[in-house]
Amino acid sequence: MRPHPFRVLDIAEEIPGCMTMRVAPDGAGGDAAFAPGQFYMVYVFGHGEVPISVSGDPVKSGELTFTVMAVGSVTQALCAVKPGAVIGLRGPFGSAWPVEAAKGRDVIVMAGGLGLAPLRPSIYRLLHDRNDYGDIALLYGTRQPDRIVFPQELADWRDEALIDVDVTVDTAGRDWPGKVGVVTELLKGRDVDPGRTSALICGPEIMMRFSAYALLDRGVAAENIHVSMERNMKCAVKMCGRCQYGPFFVCADGPVFAFDRVQRLFRTRDV
Amino acid sequence: MANTGKAFIVSRGELQSLFDAVIARGFMPVGPIVRDGAIVYDELRHVQDLPEGWTEDQDAGTYRLKRRDDKALFGFNNGPHSWKQYLFPPRSKLWQGEKTEDGGFTVEEAEDTEKPFAFIGVRACDLHAIQVQDKVFMSDRHPDPLYAGRRGKALVIVVNCGQAATTCFCTSMNTGPRAQGGFDLALTEVLDGDDHYFVAEPGSTAGFSLLAEVPHTEADKDNVAAALECTARAEQQMGRKIDVSGVKELLYRNYDNERWDALEKRCLACGNCTMACPTCFCSKVEDVTDLTGDHAERWREWDSCFTMDFSYIHGGSVRPTTRSRYRQWLVHKLATWQDQFATSGCVGCGRCITWCPVGIDLTEEVRLIREREKD
Ligand SMILES: Cc1cc2nc3c(=O)[nH]c(=O)nc-3n(C[C@H](O)[C@H](O)[C@H](O)COP(=O)(O)OP(=O)(O)OC[C@H]3O[C@@H](n4cnc5c(N)ncnc54)[C@H](O)[C@@H]3O)c2cc1C
Ligand code: SF4
Ligand code: SF4
Repeated sequence: MRPHPFRVLDIAEEIPGCMTMRVAPDGAGGDAAFAPGQFYMVYVFGHGEVPISVSGDPVKSGELTFTVMAVGSVTQALCAVKPGAVIGLRGPFGSAWPVEAAKGRDVIVMAGGLGLAPLRPSIYRLLHDRNDYGDIALLYGTRQPDRIVFPQELADWRDEALIDVDVTVDTAGRDWPGKVGVVTELLKGRDVDPGRTSALICGPEIMMRFSAYALLDRGVAAENIHVSMERNMKCAVKMCGRCQYGPFFVCADGPVFAFDRVQRLFRTRDV
Repeated sequence: MANTGKAFIVSRGELQSLFDAVIARGFMPVGPIVRDGAIVYDELRHVQDLPEGWTEDQDAGTYRLKRRDDKALFGFNNGPHSWKQYLFPPRSKLWQGEKTEDGGFTVEEAEDTEKPFAFIGVRACDLHAIQVQDKVFMSDRHPDPLYAGRRGKALVIVVNCGQAATTCFCTSMNTGPRAQGGFDLALTEVLDGDDHYFVAEPGSTAGFSLLAEVPHTEADKDNVAAALECTARAEQQMGRKIDVSGVKELLYRNYDNERWDALEKRCLACGNCTMACPTCFCSKVEDVTDLTGDHAERWREWDSCFTMDFSYIHGGSVRPTTRSRYRQWLVHKLATWQDQFATSGCVGCGRCITWCPVGIDLTEEVRLIREREKD
């Protein structure tokens, strides 16, 4: 239950108000092995502790990458740390994206905004084992062109052509050469073989709802659609009670859920 | 720890020697005392500190102490306190950390300096409540050190109920009024004219050896019958009942029941019910530093699902309305708890009914939800 010290190797602005940092265990006790989709409780000395998903490559051992949006007191303090500083980590916690179970299948990754961060480890994983999968598509939607995270990687992935990368923004100026519209638009006209498609979705709840239902409409089974939930949490070990989502604890039963398990809750307001 | 079927008699006059034996073993004895117009739990070293001759009137939204016409020591039902305040304290330090020269820090788990507790006067429903919280705080994977430490060392002395309040419904929840096991010693207080004694049933080796230090005699058939009559009387007096058949499915089907709208208007979202409830376990944490910033601590405090903070994530509360927060509480107690911990989250103690300032009664709410279920 105690945070283990990790030292910040480097930290850089991802987009305004959002930083990506790499950390490594500072001495014994810290574990840096995780499965894509899992998160850590990240502690800034004296400020507090917040759940943050790993956004880095699961194959790179001995270090962890986090991408953090400054939205409140702890995340602001976290975004302000300098290289060499020490933060505390507990984890990893939670369920993972079903990348193993998706082997032999097509994979559609749908991300909204910062939701690409918790999905990025799964994309690395899919690319490492590229031959084990059928078609892979990344459909990414964000507010404006300057809110696109990991632009270099998106460009690299597009160039490598190992996965089909499709990006859209909600609004853009005339100089934006790309698509404008919500992320579900990217599904339109796309070949989806529902029987062999697995989908991984992460973003704001409303984006996940529309995306999941769009995939259901295309015949993808609910148990092959996965979403990642976000709830207030303090302990990450099913004790503080805060992350309850119907019968589930998001910290342990989630954050990644097969859609058939949460579909009923998705349809209910204020659960 | 199970009921051994062995019963003994401890006279009223010898009860103090039981307390003395508990104290001699290094326990901190806690139990019921009268304070500020209610029967609460606190340190309890002397039999004369028990609420002798006191009882209370309880109903939805009311609690009033009153005199009994006898000298019963345990002739009352649950007050606002429960044993969770000892096993899961309202506020506790989890750890403290120090910055180190190289810019890092060390963290050290907080030490629990309390003596082991002896709980004196645990009712059957509250014993179940402790077992419900055991499932939360003593899971195999992540046991809570503070709770597990205290619980492992605690001595549990049950006092079976000889009466029930109008707010009690342990019989509906199958948790009482007679404790069936999970205690060290169970007492039933018998008042029969001038006869005043306790039928004592050890439930563990600790209970047996404790009793060995207290003057006692073997109970005869009549004594045992008298004890069973006490709990039978409580059973008959049970003031409320709730139909829990299929209640999980009922509530899962009724997230849109019109009753939630009525609760939106009535419930004050004060959280009293969650504080009084012996099974409610939600908490928040507070991370603090001293003025230098070199010393940090993490504290855990009781929290309530009725606050807006509870479910706050950037952008707002997940449950912004009172109806959604009451629904979360009730559905958790009676339905989702079963999926999470394979037990009901409600033991039928009635505290939430008594201590709700507007007298909201979950037994009534469940009845109305059932009645108004849309087909
Ligand atoms: C599984 C999971 C993974 C996540 N992954 C990421 C990630 O990869 N990157 C990322 O950036 N974010 C991620 N988040 C979100 C991140 O945890 C939150 O943004 C963060 O907890 C906010 O903390 P804060 O202290 O900065 O914000 P604040 O809003 O200051 O603090 C939130 C906490 O303070 C309290 N609080 C603060 N303000 C109020 C208020 N006005 N009213 C009531 N209560 C208030 C709440 O109780 C809440 O617990 C993830 C969340 C989860 C659950
Ligand atoms: S929900 Fe009410 S009656 Fe049930 S255990 Fe909690 S306080 Fe007692
Ligand atoms: S049910 Fe009663 S005690 Fe509970 S929050 Fe509402 S008003 Fe307060």
